[in-house]
Amino acid sequence: MLRAVFLPAVLAAISVAGAVWAEGFGDAKAGARVFTKCKGCHEIGQGARDRIGPHLNGIFGRRAAAHEGYAYSKSMARAGNDGLIWTAETLGAYVENPRALVSKTRMSFRGLKDAQDRADLLAFLRDYSDNPADVPEAEPTARATDHDVDPAILALKGDAEYGEYLSSECLTCHQQDGSAEGIPSITRWPTEDFVVAMHAYKRKLRPHPVMQMMAGRLNDEEIAALAAYFKDLE
Amino acid sequence: MTLNRRIFLGTGAAAAATLGAPAVLADGHGKPRVVVIGGGAGGATAARYIAKDSKGGVDVTLIEPSRTYFTCFFSNLYLGGFKEIDDLGHTYGTLAAKYGINVVHDWAVDVDRDAKTVSLAGGAQLPYDKLILSPGIDFVEGAVDGWSLAAQNAMPHAYKGGSQTELLKAQVAAMPEGGTFAMVAPPNPFRCPPGPYERISMVAHTLKATNPTAKIIVADPKEKFSKMSLFQEGWANHYEGMIDWIGADFGGGAVSVDPAAMTVSIDGEETKVDVCNVIPAMKAGRIAEMAGVTEGNWAPVNAADMSSKADPDVHVLGDASQQGDMPKSGFSANSQAKVCANAVRGALTGSKVFPAKFSNTCWSLIDTNDGVKVGATYEATEEKIAKVDGFISATGESSDLRRATYEESEGWYAGITADMFG
Repeated sequence: MLRAVFLPAVLAAISVAGAVWAEGFGDAKAGARVFTKCKGCHEIGQGARDRIGPHLNGIFGRRAAAHEGYAYSKSMARAGNDGLIWTAETLGAYVENPRALVSKTRMSFRGLKDAQDRADLLAFLRDYSDNPADVPEAEPTARATDHDVDPAILALKGDAEYGEYLSSECLTCHQQDGSAEGIPSITRWPTEDFVVAMHAYKRKLRPHPVMQMMAGRLNDEEIAALAAYFKDLE
Repeated sequence: MTLNRRIFLGTGAAAAATLGAPAVLADGHGKPRVVVIGGGAGGATAARYIAKDSKGGVDVTLIEPSRTYFTCFFSNLYLGGFKEIDDLGHTYGTLAAKYGINVVHDWAVDVDRDAKTVSLAGGAQLPYDKLILSPGIDFVEGAVDGWSLAAQNAMPHAYKGGSQTELLKAQVAAMPEGGTFAMVAPPNPFRCPPGPYERISMVAHTLKATNPTAKIIVADPKEKFSKMSLFQEGWANHYEGMIDWIGADFGGGAVSVDPAAMTVSIDGEETKVDVCNVIPAMKAGRIAEMAGVTEGNWAPVNAADMSSKADPDVHVLGDASQQGDMPKSGFSANSQAKVCANAVRGALTGSKVFPAKFSNTCWSLIDTNDGVKVGATYEATEEKIAKVDGFISATGESSDLRRATYEESEGWYAGITADMFG
């Protein structure tokens, strides 16, 4: 039953993927709501910074992996070298199924299956791309992640050597080269995002049982150590 | 490195002392030597971590008869048609080329713990400073009345990855319409506690599509099994009326088989079957017994570093070890291997040894996009590896969550195999 319903839906979604741009952009306001799925990792708007993912101002028309200062996955860098330019069509395909377009992307996102959601999201993103001078004035979205963490904990300097040992436990599931295939990439995150996420699991504010269990027995220094190790992992 | 080694070899202990090298265990020869027997989740991981983290400072030899290793984990997904056999095969080229591990495709046939050597079927003798045994399982002879290894073609166990798994799949495909698939499930403790029941689910998935009037009988010597309520819920939802599980309360432990006649007798009632998957009681891989580190069927170990209780220079990983609360799983073996590698490297090179941490998660697939999981964390106590905390999927979860759980298991497979084979 599940399969019978599911497969045609996917096929339908794929067949209209290329049509998103041809049909025009959707509603940017609705797209702002869709963007809540993205904002755990991406900022957009004035003053937006690179976080777990690069900021998305001016994404349209840019070559993939061309934004300086952000450490892209090898796959994304290769796609950029191969000439992937972010257009409505390519962005539409990417957000529909990230790994189908860039196989070992670090973007841990399953994809937007709904064509209307994609059209709305693209309209929202375009507002921050079309004319940089007109980027709407607003606080950047996605500032500081989901939960408060004691600044003293965030200020801890992690011991990367200890982090390397502890990381072996993470690497049974998370891949060292950063590819995400059903389990998110955890390499090259900004330290703060890593620490905040782990403490959110530890306090059971984030919902995943394996991660709650793993984070639950790491102390503050150990979390800092892991953040320090994974941050610079090539 | 070459220079260091030349100095070390040339001038002996004095030079070793000035270089700060731990001359203790490398006495009389150059680099300390580790021999690892078994190239699965325990052995391959341990070999890789010791070689990687010692950066060439430890000479690592990995002995594994198979040139291509087929994982036992995920083999049920092959039976269900979700994976191809080639998806499960892995080779050792990266361990040799990238990490400098000496990979020897041969059988280890004996261990002399006094001389600290391992004998290979091919005749070679390999000296070691530390020996790591990760031989997986063998079967207890006579565990199922009427079955022996000689009958594994008629009644496959399919509980070591590779050809047996392919054989079982072919037998399921060849079942006559409305035929009967029987499984003789093993007693505790055994490799992969949810494995037999995930297998039942995957065989049912295949039969539902190809042979929907077929029946499945499970004779089980246990009264309950891993993820029991999740499997039973799934079987009722997806395969109603197809699976007959006979537990110990109903005579599931009183079983004999006749491979020539293809019959199974359960609690005195004989049934003619078309396929019979016999999963006998298990014990540590034979070489552990040859090495003299087993007590009963398994090899007792110290939790802090996985060293054998019989010999501090021998470590036993994974299914073969008797360690306490961890289930026998590929995930557990991989987790234990890292603790062991850290301790062995510390003993041989003086590197820092961090406290042991263990964890395990087992995912199972019940039907398409219907994945469940169970997991726990563990710590080393004086007495054993002891459970700290755990979780299990709930019955009645949403289909979205079950699908995400399945996708996560695929991510785990990619992760652990990269962690084992580089």
